[in-house]
Amino acid sequence: MSQTTTTAAVQSACPECDASVSFSRAPLNGQVTRCSDCRAELEVTSVSPLTLELAPEVEEDWGE
Amino acid sequence: MHIAMTYTRLRAEERLLLDAFEAMDIRITPIDLRTIVFDPAEIGEWAAYDAVLDRSVSLTATRTAVALLEGYGVRCINPLHAIETCSDKLATTIALIRAGVPTPGVRVATNAESGLTAVERIGYPAVLKPTVGSWGRLVARVNDRDAAEAVLEHRETLGSVQQGVIYVQEHIDKPGRDIRVFVVGAEPIAAIARSSPHWVTNTARGATASGLEIGPELRRLSIDAAAAVGADIVAIDFLECPRRGLLVNELNHSMEFRNSIDTTGVNIPGIVARHVAALAEGVAA
Repeated sequence: MSQTTTTAAVQSACPECDASVSFSRAPLNGQVTRCSDCRAELEVTSVSPLTLELAPEVEEDWGE
Repeated sequence: MHIAMTYTRLRAEERLLLDAFEAMDIRITPIDLRTIVFDPAEIGEWAAYDAVLDRSVSLTATRTAVALLEGYGVRCINPLHAIETCSDKLATTIALIRAGVPTPGVRVATNAESGLTAVERIGYPAVLKPTVGSWGRLVARVNDRDAAEAVLEHRETLGSVQQGVIYVQEHIDKPGRDIRVFVVGAEPIAAIARSSPHWVTNTARGATASGLEIGPELRRLSIDAAAAVGADIVAIDFLECPRRGLLVNELNHSMEFRNSIDTTGVNIPGIVARHVAALAEGVAA
């Protein structure tokens, strides 16, 4: 999985469609984002190296 | 001052909260609960924090972490008893009734057969809900005995043990909307109306939100409901009953607010962060 780090943005490839997913600030582990190309919901599973995975579906005990 | 914010998914709300703490120069450390191993006998690194704001989307993770942290003597927001009360609809109902806060009528049973009797005592239409669940999941309106029997049989056959509790609520013929009030530190800070042509008016199910002024009765009931469950920070859902007026439907201990900031013009994460800091300093109760 490609990863590019600059002072302006951090980016990685969407695991679903391979489009570039960028973060304007340093992402945190567990952060949820959405691929602007395929709309897949993604989760940061590692920040070094930056790794994105498809976010899990809603689980039974999730809520507010 | 040093505050920890526990989470299992870092959503927009958690990011907004981190930004709010940082904007106030309050030291905040986000902690992914999925990476943590607790020793119930040793407080360890948790001794560094003046308070912990829990924002886990997983109720299991929340209950586990907050029970352990309170065992160490760490101030948690919300407290465990508030989480346990808000996350269980039956516990919420009991707390509201004991506090004299108006809430829809409920009947409870522990198997499908007595569940059907509970439904018939409420009358049709009735609403069947899992006692633990959120975002309108598995909430069913049953309009007649056939539908009630079908839902109860499915629950008994396919449901988890928790769904063995049959929680039946009277159906409130609300005016196409419900009301959510955000309460922080016993103060109602903002309210929205959630409108939908569907009878489930949950934004997670497609309802649209608009800002709402907090009138005197809504304010009073919000304060009473938050006190009834012992919550520091809570979102309270109201139904407007044509006969009984405002009824508290449920309370949410880990409220979502990303779409209510612009809608209400209220800096919800900023107010939450300020209150958490006050609790950590011991200047708020």
